[in-house]
Amino acid sequence: MSKTAIKLNVNGKTEELLVEPRELLIYVLREKLNLTGPHVGCETSHCGACTVEIDGKSVKSCTMFAVQAEGTEITTIEGLSTPDNLHVLQRMFREHHGLQCGYCTPGMITRAHRLLQENPNPTEEDVRFGIAGNLCRCTGYQNIVKSVLAAAAEINAAQEAAE
Amino acid sequence: MNDMTPDRDDRIANLKGMGCARKRVEDARFTQGKGNYVDDIKLAGMLHGDFVRSPYAHARVKSINTEAALALPGVIAVLTAKDLEPLNLHWMPTLAGDKQMVLADGKVLFQGQEVAFVVAEDRYIAADAVELVEVEYEDLPVLTDPFAALESDVVLREDLAGQDSGAHGPRRHHNHIFLWEEGDKDATEQVLDSAEVVAEEMVYYHRTHPCPLETCGSVASMDKVNGKLTLWGTFQAPHVVRTVASLLSGIEEHNIRVVSPDIGGGFGNKVGVYPGYICSIVASIVTGRPVKWVEDRMENLMATAFARDYWMKGKIAATKDGKITGLWCHVTADHGAFDACADPTKFPAGFFHICTGSYDIPVAYVGVDGVYTNKAPGGVAYRCSFRVTEAAYFIERMIEVLAIELGMDAADLRAKNFIRADQFPYTSALGWEYDSGDYHTAWTKALEAVDYAGLRREQADRVAAFNRGETRKLMGIGLTHFTEIVGAGPVKNCDILGMGMFDSCEIRIHPTGSAIARLGTISQGQGHATTFAQILATEIGIPADSITIEEGDTDTAPYGLGTYGSRSTPVAGAATAMAGRKIRAKAQMIAAYLLEVHDNDVEFDVDRFVVKGAPERFKTMKDIAYAAYNQAIPGIEPGLEAVSYYDPPNMTYPFGAYICVMEVDVDTGEHEIRQFYALDDCGTRINPMVIEGQVHGGLTEALAIAMGQEIAYDDMGNCKTGTLMDFFLPTAWETPHYTTDHTETPSPHHPIGAKGVGESPNVGGVPAFSNAVHDAFRAFGLRQSHMPHDHWRIWNIANQLGLHG
Repeated sequence: MSKTAIKLNVNGKTEELLVEPRELLIYVLREKLNLTGPHVGCETSHCGACTVEIDGKSVKSCTMFAVQAEGTEITTIEGLSTPDNLHVLQRMFREHHGLQCGYCTPGMITRAHRLLQENPNPTEEDVRFGIAGNLCRCTGYQNIVKSVLAAAAEINAAQEAAE
Repeated sequence: MNDMTPDRDDRIANLKGMGCARKRVEDARFTQGKGNYVDDIKLAGMLHGDFVRSPYAHARVKSINTEAALALPGVIAVLTAKDLEPLNLHWMPTLAGDKQMVLADGKVLFQGQEVAFVVAEDRYIAADAVELVEVEYEDLPVLTDPFAALESDVVLREDLAGQDSGAHGPRRHHNHIFLWEEGDKDATEQVLDSAEVVAEEMVYYHRTHPCPLETCGSVASMDKVNGKLTLWGTFQAPHVVRTVASLLSGIEEHNIRVVSPDIGGGFGNKVGVYPGYICSIVASIVTGRPVKWVEDRMENLMATAFARDYWMKGKIAATKDGKITGLWCHVTADHGAFDACADPTKFPAGFFHICTGSYDIPVAYVGVDGVYTNKAPGGVAYRCSFRVTEAAYFIERMIEVLAIELGMDAADLRAKNFIRADQFPYTSALGWEYDSGDYHTAWTKALEAVDYAGLRREQADRVAAFNRGETRKLMGIGLTHFTEIVGAGPVKNCDILGMGMFDSCEIRIHPTGSAIARLGTISQGQGHATTFAQILATEIGIPADSITIEEGDTDTAPYGLGTYGSRSTPVAGAATAMAGRKIRAKAQMIAAYLLEVHDNDVEFDVDRFVVKGAPERFKTMKDIAYAAYNQAIPGIEPGLEAVSYYDPPNMTYPFGAYICVMEVDVDTGEHEIRQFYALDDCGTRINPMVIEGQVHGGLTEALAIAMGQEIAYDDMGNCKTGTLMDFFLPTAWETPHYTTDHTETPSPHHPIGAKGVGESPNVGGVPAFSNAVHDAFRAFGLRQSHMPHDHWRIWNIANQLGLHG
């Protein structure tokens, strides 16, 4: 099958690739760019394990062709932090036991990261609605919600202190 | 020296041992996207396998033409049953003593059954090739109803023709698998015949599926140079997989290494052996290259192990004032096309005979008929011990039905019949020896926590308001007191394919005082790397942060039976404590030598051995570890290591009291969970944070099962619930907030008194949610309505009760 050249900016790095038009973005991220943080859970946009950020929006990368992402800026879980400088969401998920098997976690944190930019002061209800596109089979969400609210509080406190 | 010794409480806190809410060590990699799941594994030259699956539920396979597929560039091989037959791998044994086709051998018996295995350079080419394999089918009559299957002339399993006996005794019909019985049938029937009150009901626990977020998969790599096969995969029992792989392939067991990497949830789905695993192994042997197989969601839901599908006919006898005198149960169990239930060998219906529950019932009988139908095989314990959730649902529904029959409050009826604390250890009418419990205390605490009397008053007011036409919402109070049976199990009566269900732990203390421990279990999110280190920290006085826990690699970990049925803490946790005590015993001798006193003159104190009566004279575990490697101690071998294989003397019996308060909209069938209170007693608590997380998760799986999740088939055997659009997994939006609580009744026979908790919330949660729905309509005459209670079914209840005017 003929291939198409695409250019993506992934986690701040320009990537030029040759892909088949039918290749899904999640496939290109995982198999060609070795970014195995985003996972495949359903391939039908229901579970959100493959969630990444594209140009400031949460996107399920299992139902988008890589060619559709041409010219975009993409952030995956790998782009949120470095091992010695974790994102506050990553710290809070650990602090409040917001994960168990870890399979939904990269997508969940990536989604929560965008949610807190869309709504920096969410209520519990806002968080529950805002992450409803991401399924978790282990936690029952209670501690995920707690983690996201705690992260919001810490981000806001830091901002207030800076002002 | 004494001035230098930190406070004892500080030393205990420093260990992060049992009882503390230690943060998880697993989380660093998972939160950064650095987990290593099977689909993350990439090997040089790796090929990808994909299945051609049957669109029919029952059909003869007339021919398979692989030419066009093989002609596609990038396709390396297409395997069919004919290719596997010379290796005797076209069929494989199941965990239940039956056999299952690896690839269709002459016919297919369920929709989604594996017919051919395509191997190609990448996933896309493999998927293309699947479409090019031409299979000619001749459809056959389909049986999806187990009751009809037992009457039908249609023979599903032609391979068993003429066999009037199976792995579990006589078969009375060609679609019958077994009849398994326990208890005293005659005595129970006598009690029923002469009882003052008998409540009778058919309770159906529908077919569902564990549906972990990560599907099943494997990577097989046959190294023909050194003759070694390495198999990575989603295995809840990697050691058993190695043994089975060796027995099936003829490769000697030392030449097989099985690795369970990180597992994205299991919930029972990843206990069994699937055709994909076998095909990836064969394909790697055939091609000489590594082969990966990872199923998609639809394949996972349609073809890998389902759970439940029990039709439970019950009769419960009582006196007029509510003392239960007997329990009778007959189950028609739909096992699908092959009997692939994951149960200990001697228990074809698992531990279903825990169905007398938390109640002191003098006499009981259970009979279970296993039946073949044209549905996917399985019958795994979806976040419960073997068939325990079915048993708990059955008894907790029967109690409610009896309460209706007696006109009694269901909470009072339970309290009147609980096994009393002074009756433990208690032997049930069906033969189990309950280790410990205090049900009345838990029950009273739960009822008080929710203000049960107040809730009942509010409910009565609501019914009155409904009858006056002032509201269209009813209120249900769902009660459950469950007793689990976990920690399989004593080797004398529990085995999987002949392997006794012990478990194991091996500990090595390093010279500088840190340690590694390896276990025969495998975490799928339970946090073993965190909690087992806590057990050890308390046992051997080395901080949990200085202990690495490793599981899942059969080349390094001691043999164990794996993680399912809440058995890791009861069995491997016990092995961990026992191995730790061996370390401590040797450490005591070393300490005594170093302190120049008799062995009996030193005692363990948190993280050190001290001379009795002279606490200023001590050696820390760090000192002792170093000495074990650098000093020649007369009569003591160098090193500090231990291994324990633990065969539990009994199962453990966690229990709990759950109360769900639900609002039900009579006109839309929608529900809202207003309150959910969960009290769990899992014996000694190792990490309260992890326990609470397990309870939240199990309750949410229970919510799904009770309120909407099912694997449904039409009459043609088409699976109607093959995607997450049709198969209900609750989101954060539908999931309520839970209140957790506990009592603590240690297991008397477990080294640290722990009982296990992972599955309790599923076992107790399902009846709590379902009973709430039933209770909302009790005042209007509802006795029994089958799950899942989705909006349509609840609307339908209201409609049939005439509540729509």
